[in-house]
Amino acid sequence: MSQTATVKVNCPECDAAVGFERSPLNGEITHCSDCNSELEVVCTHPITLELAPEVEEDWGE
Amino acid sequence: MRIAMTYTRIRTEERMLLDAFEQLGIDVTPIDLRLVVFNPHDLDDGETRWGQYNAVIDRSLSLTNTLTAVQMLEHYEIRCINPFRTIEICSDKLSTALALIRASVPTPPVRVATTSQSGLRGIEEIGYPVVLKPTIGSWGRLVARINDRDAAEAILEHRELLGSVQQSVFYIQEHIDKPGRDIRVFMVGQRPIAAITRSSEHWVTNTARGARTQGLAISDELADISCRAAAAVNADIVAVDLLECPRRGLLVNELNHSMEFRNSTDCTGVNIPEHVARHVAQIAEDTQTPTEITA
Repeated sequence: MSQTATVKVNCPECDAAVGFERSPLNGEITHCSDCNSELEVVCTHPITLELAPEVEEDWGE
Repeated sequence: MRIAMTYTRIRTEERMLLDAFEQLGIDVTPIDLRLVVFNPHDLDDGETRWGQYNAVIDRSLSLTNTLTAVQMLEHYEIRCINPFRTIEICSDKLSTALALIRASVPTPPVRVATTSQSGLRGIEEIGYPVVLKPTIGSWGRLVARINDRDAAEAILEHRELLGSVQQSVFYIQEHIDKPGRDIRVFMVGQRPIAAITRSSEHWVTNTARGARTQGLAISDELADISCRAAAAVNADIVAVDLLECPRRGLLVNELNHSMEFRNSTDCTGVNIPEHVARHVAQIAEDTQTPTEITA
């Protein structure tokens, strides 16, 4: 499970700092508060962010 | 008792669920389905020892991933939430309509056709306006209100020529003149735990399309129809979407097997992820693992 920690990495779109209150999981979605990009954690060691993928045809609830 | 949560992305809902499990002191293992290789011949082959889990809750964003994973997990005799057949029905609007009709649960009138020619006949049997929907899809994608024959001919032709094979199944629903909102009831363990209204100036009242949510008291009538809808598809956890028809009363529009609730906890005051986590834990408690069964 996740651990309590404050981790900051840079937004791949605008380079602003993106914070996590705890260690994120692979695939976790977050937002950059500066440029509002939707971001995905693609690696947890070290934490690496990429722009989240566009919605695909079979996504939903 | 061991529980896994399969996923493809951790959105707000998945994070809320993991937090709810943690706060209840229930150990849950998140498993990214994109990294899994299933071996249908051996459930304990590979990195994930599936045989150790009493239950798996699937929260994949992708229906294809969900159906593949849950089919495999049920092959291993792991209890899945929801069951494969429930997901199969809820994810397909035609299958949902058939299940509701079989269970005598009120639902909007529909016609189904597979060519633009028969589609046009189906539309005019119902009468304008109608709503054309893909049988598989979510968040209001490719849902079209058709007000007249010109629009019908154009949309049917476009879907037939430009869409995928799946788009050539024309699922035509009577347009319900709802009062600017629809209703969603959150069912956990066949029990209604919370309800909201989703309001919008647009005729599509989906929160993914910007609709506003508000808590709603659950009347006896709303509880009854929602329970009957959940029972019709044997759902452990499901969101029931309803329309208020001025002539026919409450109609069940759609069922959502992997419900989203980020906009519904504050306005209802109900901790929906905690209810889900408790119910999943109860199912896991009552279920043997495949390893225990074969021991």
